Amino acid sequence: MGANVKTILTFGIMAVMLSAVGIMQSWSLALAITNMCLISAVMALGVNIQWGYAGLFNVGIMGFTALGGVAAVLVSVSPVGGAWQAGGLGILASLAIALATIATIVFIRSKLPPSRSRSWILFFVFVAGIAIVRWQYAPAVLAIEKFEPAQTGFLGGLGLPIIFSWFVGGLFAAGAAWLIGKIALGLRSDYLAIATLGISEIIIAMIKNEDWLTRGVKNVSGLSRPVPYEVNLQSSPWFHDLVEKVGGSSLPTETLARQQALQQMVIESSSIFVKLCYTGLFVIVLCLLLWLAHRAQKAPWGRMMRGIRDNEDAANAMGKNVTKRHLQVFVLGSAVVGIAGAMMTTLDGQFTPGTYQPLRYTFLVWVMVIVGGSGNNLGSVLGAFIIWFFWIEAEPLGQWFISFITSGMAADSALKLHLIESAAHMRLIFMGVILLMVLRFSPHGLLPEQIRR
Amino acid sequence: MSEDILNALVIVSNYILVPGLAYGSQLALGALGITLVYAVLRFSNFAHGDSMAFGTMFTILGTTWLQSKGVSLGPLPTALLALPFGIIAAILLCLIMDKLVYQHYRRQKSTPVMFVIASVGVMFITNGLVRFIIGPGDRSFSDGERFIIKAREFKRMYGLNEGLSIKMTQGLTFVIAIICMALLFWFLQRTKTGKSMRAYSDNEDLALLSGINPQRVVFITWVIVGALIAIAGVLYGLDKSFKPFTYFQLLLPMFAAAIVGGIGNPLGAVLGGFVIAFSEIAITYAYRKFLIYLLPEQYEPNGLMQLLTTDYKFAVSFMILVAVLIWRPTGLLRGKSI
Repeated sequence: MGANVKTILTFGIMAVMLSAVGIMQSWSLALAITNMCLISAVMALGVNIQWGYAGLFNVGIMGFTALGGVAAVLVSVSPVGGAWQAGGLGILASLAIALATIATIVFIRSKLPPSRSRSWILFFVFVAGIAIVRWQYAPAVLAIEKFEPAQTGFLGGLGLPIIFSWFVGGLFAAGAAWLIGKIALGLRSDYLAIATLGISEIIIAMIKNEDWLTRGVKNVSGLSRPVPYEVNLQSSPWFHDLVEKVGGSSLPTETLARQQALQQMVIESSSIFVKLCYTGLFVIVLCLLLWLAHRAQKAPWGRMMRGIRDNEDAANAMGKNVTKRHLQVFVLGSAVVGIAGAMMTTLDGQFTPGTYQPLRYTFLVWVMVIVGGSGNNLGSVLGAFIIWFFWIEAEPLGQWFISFITSGMAADSALKLHLIESAAHMRLIFMGVILLMVLRFSPHGLLPEQIRR
Repeated sequence: MSEDILNALVIVSNYILVPGLAYGSQLALGALGITLVYAVLRFSNFAHGDSMAFGTMFTILGTTWLQSKGVSLGPLPTALLALPFGIIAAILLCLIMDKLVYQHYRRQKSTPVMFVIASVGVMFITNGLVRFIIGPGDRSFSDGERFIIKAREFKRMYGLNEGLSIKMTQGLTFVIAIICMALLFWFLQRTKTGKSMRAYSDNEDLALLSGINPQRVVFITWVIVGALIAIAGVLYGLDKSFKPFTYFQLLLPMFAAAIVGGIGNPLGAVLGGFVIAFSEIAITYAYRKFLIYLLPEQYEPNGLMQLLTTDYKFAVSFMILVAVLIWRPTGLLRGKSI
């Protein structure tokens, strides 16, 4: 029971801290932090499924997050007809040839016994396949990227509501994870780490450079939203009525002043309303995933995973296919991260490949999981809330800290100016210290894993 | 005809051989540090790239200080004089982090993955310190003579169309790297301390039994690793430029070099560094001009004849890494077995 009290207590403290931001800074900021906390919580949940359940050390989170973002673009943007006409056929053809090459290689491998001549045939098929693909692909890409490069220059997407992309983002990440897992999961833990680190860099490099798919570093902005726009809210009568009903008592009674104050209030609350809509959507997704993850952990499947994590050899001896289970959990966890990636791009309203950095998108999520408590789903959610909160609030805290230290110095001292200027980088040091402290003094995290027997 | 072949050879030397030797030496020094940490302390150090940035940062600060005093090395970059600052800073960083962080897990006999997570914490702190002190921007700190051989002079001397240029930093990198490696191998093979390090790496229990002091071995290892970190970082920064994020990204090719060569095996790290560097450069180089010299006129290529654009250079080290892990998991030279 002690564990439950602790869970409620820690989440309560978190709620109080977010409210404090709302009261002392602004509610808009508090909601913005909450929304990113919720998205980080989904990411941390995904990592916890891999690390906490099965002990897989994946440091390619950034790549799966970015794949979710790609899904958001490909689902929501309307198709660019001109670009499809210019090079769509070529892209489809090269895709088909690539698939045919892979199919041929798989077919030959399954039909011929391993031998030197088989290796040569496979090599030849591979090289020929690449050559034909490039012959189709290069002109198609050129044609697409030449089509109105200032506005589009890419194929666009399907033009569907962006909310579908959350599911598609999960699928993309799952597909990539399956491919990666097939190659890298047989490796020892730190080799897997290096391999996933490399793959995430490659995914980002592809997104940055394959302009025909995602516009690369030219970014895709103005993605459609699953929630209303502020401008529309401000002009709709029902929203005015709602604002008046909720906040009317604090308004002045005189008609003209009341009208002006109400108008101001409507503008402020429209942005809060939009953020609340996002919060609602994210809470639904998080709760659904948490429930599924909880069910899986409690089920025999979860016990088997823990068994594999704690003693691979014993699990193997019991007839469990360790590599297959690892692949399964790797795909599942990555899919959850992909969902979070799509959610994040939806919230941002734009896809900016240049902003994906491993420190922020991979290692920070790891800090969340370790601090929260690996193996405990609620723990990783809590970790996500705490770490994201401090990641944002470390900036004002760092400023305050620096101005406290430098208060004795002369106002124009170069050292003081330099320190104030670089206070923003303090948060990296904060994060490192938090991670090391938790790892050292509370290695199971704030909410440790609860083993049910 | 023979002149065409000579021109083609000069192109290859200028764009692949010389940069490859320089970049390979830098990677080899970095990979040596990774492999030593792995062999003696038994974990993959994710803070390696950022520690390199840390050591380089102190060298840069020292260089600026020396320049303000009017000290210079003539044709050589002033940074060489300031290198000791960087080496001492990097060694101190390694020793302090070992005392504060890693020592605890060593006593607990924690699993390697715990060390790796701890090294992620160290990475955050080091990265934060570097950005805090010197900022995240790009800076170049090389001074003195820029070239050993200039392309224009080479062309005039040999009467060829193509020129060969060797930058001072490239030459320095290669020479210093060779000296460092020679010293390291001499130390590991010939001195008593080096032998005790190898013994400890090979079989910890047996080494303890024969009276080797583990604390001393760990201490010496961090001192060597710190020196290698600073030298590799400074040479890379002199040759290209210093930017904290680039140093973090070097982690991947350095790890690839260490693993490809056989992790835990110093000779393998050197081999791996050159393998990774040469393949990265050779695969992302555009061979158009080279082929124009060699092929008869009617077969002249239209495209750039580039296998991959330079944006995908990470993919190259990664593909080699995967290929080696699949077909020869212990690395080219047999490293610590899995």
